[in-house]
Amino acid sequence: MSQPATLTWFARHEFNLMWRDWVSLMTAGKRGREPILAGVAVVFAVLVHLLAYFLIAPLARAGIAPDKTTLVVLTGGAFLSCSLMLSQAMESVTRAFYARADLDLILSSPASARRVFAVRMATIALSTTLLTTVLAGPFINTLAFYDGPRWLAAYGVLLALGALSTALAIAVTVALFRGLGPKRTRLISQIVSAVVGAGFVIGVQAAAIVSTGSFSRLAFLRSEDLVARAPEAAHLIWWPARAAMGDLGALAAALGVGLGVLFLVIAVFSPNFGDHVVAASGVVYEGRKKHRRRTAFRPASTRHALRRKEWTLLRRDPWLMSQTLMQILYLLPPALLLWRNFGDDLGGLLILVPVIVMASGQLAGGLAWLAVSGEDAPDLVAAAPIPARAVLAAKIEAVLGAVALVVAPLILALALAAPKIAAVAALGVAVSAASGAMIQIWFRAQAKRSNFRRRQVSSRVATVAEALSSILWAGTAVLAAAGSWFAAATALLALLTLAATWAIRPRRKKGDILL
Amino acid sequence: MNRSTIALELRGLVKHFDRPAVDGLDLSVRAGQFYALLGPNGAGKTTTLRIVAGLLRPDAGAVSVLGIDALAEPIAAKRLIAWVSDEPMIYDKLTPFEYLEFVAGLWSMDAGTAEARARELIEWLGLAPHAHERCQSFSKGMRQKVALAGALVHEPRLLILDEPLTGLDAGAARQVKDVLTARVRGGATVIMTTHILEVAERMAERIGIIDKGRLIAEGTLDELRRQAGRAGSSLEDVFLDLVAKQSNAA
Repeated sequence: MSQPATLTWFARHEFNLMWRDWVSLMTAGKRGREPILAGVAVVFAVLVHLLAYFLIAPLARAGIAPDKTTLVVLTGGAFLSCSLMLSQAMESVTRAFYARADLDLILSSPASARRVFAVRMATIALSTTLLTTVLAGPFINTLAFYDGPRWLAAYGVLLALGALSTALAIAVTVALFRGLGPKRTRLISQIVSAVVGAGFVIGVQAAAIVSTGSFSRLAFLRSEDLVARAPEAAHLIWWPARAAMGDLGALAAALGVGLGVLFLVIAVFSPNFGDHVVAASGVVYEGRKKHRRRTAFRPASTRHALRRKEWTLLRRDPWLMSQTLMQILYLLPPALLLWRNFGDDLGGLLILVPVIVMASGQLAGGLAWLAVSGEDAPDLVAAAPIPARAVLAAKIEAVLGAVALVVAPLILALALAAPKIAAVAALGVAVSAASGAMIQIWFRAQAKRSNFRRRQVSSRVATVAEALSSILWAGTAVLAAAGSWFAAATALLALLTLAATWAIRPRRKKGDILL
Repeated sequence: MNRSTIALELRGLVKHFDRPAVDGLDLSVRAGQFYALLGPNGAGKTTTLRIVAGLLRPDAGAVSVLGIDALAEPIAAKRLIAWVSDEPMIYDKLTPFEYLEFVAGLWSMDAGTAEARARELIEWLGLAPHAHERCQSFSKGMRQKVALAGALVHEPRLLILDEPLTGLDAGAARQVKDVLTARVRGGATVIMTTHILEVAERMAERIGIIDKGRLIAEGTLDELRRQAGRAGSSLEDVFLDLVAKQSNAA
């Protein structure tokens, strides 16, 4: 047993919380699901190992030489992992500053806030690394199995990258905190973290489109032009890649830099942790801002009042809007493709259709969750003299209106280049968005809007169905735009998916709230 | 009692969750009355009121609101009712002015009439300096006042409040009580649950006590004292005595 309020005592407390939080997240907070969770974890591990096997076993069997192409691909992969880890770490660090949870208790006790901060940041580094390890692990294992155990050193590189990303996340968040103040930092840090997470993927994809005219990131990383322009094999930039391939000297250096920087950052910033948390807790009490004064009520039908309310709430919550619209970031590469191919390659424009259709389905699902499950005053709406169907219809109209606003510019631009493709895309957007919204209605469950990022926990079936439906409608749209009769088959599959989802929707208990 | 003067009538109301929450409840409240519904925790007060407000469906029984069968014609009944829960559900990102505009839209009110009423309520409840601030930084008391304004803006004839004074400071509680008293004077019916028995003692014309989903006593304070056999006692003593007798009898 460790002594109370020591580093190890706090660490045990943190790991205990982290483990319970994770189990609760995975089991949707329902007891007795742990054996199912273990089973799902085993199946997931087997599936991702199979995927890794099919993707890289042929390469690994032949043996992978540490040539410049390999170094470029591995370094690209490291940057991708790093951007994802940095994004996750920034979000976690921000949450550590702002989430009240147990901080009131801990900071009002005589325990050292510095130790709490050190342990929390170390926990963030570890959880960040673990998440990426779950995704990268099967690939590392496959490489180690077929090309030698030297590849196991890649786990050390992941740890170093996790530590470095967390250190960077702490430094950036604290800098934002000091520069912009606690009120703005929360929003900006969340947006920065999301942009960082998507930024590298989108950047490489954009580069691939510009240089090769395709979506393939791997093709871009292996392109002769890029490899020729990259620094020589002996350059310092390749050390992480060399370390991953089993160069123990490079591995020691990577670990030394990653862990060293993390320790340094924790040592420098931990003395002010308590002050930051206190400042963050005061945000809600800061001066109330008066808003542009409207002098008169605007006449509105019941449905329009509901739609207007949904749009106002969405517009006024920049964090939620940024989370929702983040999916739209992934539309940037196709938009780039549209711009590049405008007027000369209609075939290339086909690739836009599934991307827009799929993004619309996902966006509609997210917005529908906010409008229906994330309703802040369900009693008020349910007690109003309006049929529940009319309430849901108004909310869906609000969702579809928002989706239309987002995708309309892209569809219009597409219409100028290829009207037929644009018409098919518009139809696909409508059907995909309506499907995503309907699924969220079938699986609605009262929740806080702030739980938006964890909405998949309330129903994994809804999450999977929403994704599957979006993918199938995307496939249908692209096949229809290409004039293929196979579109009928994918449309049928999408309809079957919706029918199956409807059939297994949770039944409203007699006496449930009438919304 | 003339049926047209009855604001709320419950007959054989039953609602089961894991256990019976409301168990054959019969209750009548006259129009224009201030009625306090009391009971220990878990007695079925909130469940009963949520059924009346149209937020829950009963397993059995009948609910009549000002002569309208609320189970057969829920929309017609809802037009006459306002519901205020103990945890004010308002929108953090709307201002009180916008919140009232939204509520007026839900009740399909004429914009001009609704706006005049909203301004009056905002003034009356002391919300005027904050009418154009978002509710996100409001205290519990201010949030409760906004919710109450929302409940009153459409001039309900039956106002149902579940623990409306919980967490309010003395000033805010006084304002809420004044508003409710004024509404009753204006002809509306108020049904309120509360654990603050002094409030029920001072404000309610009639008091109903429910336990384990059944009405165990009902009447004016004097009538309840007689039922408990405790002349001159406070409502608290009467309430505790009646609930204890019921528990012993069970």
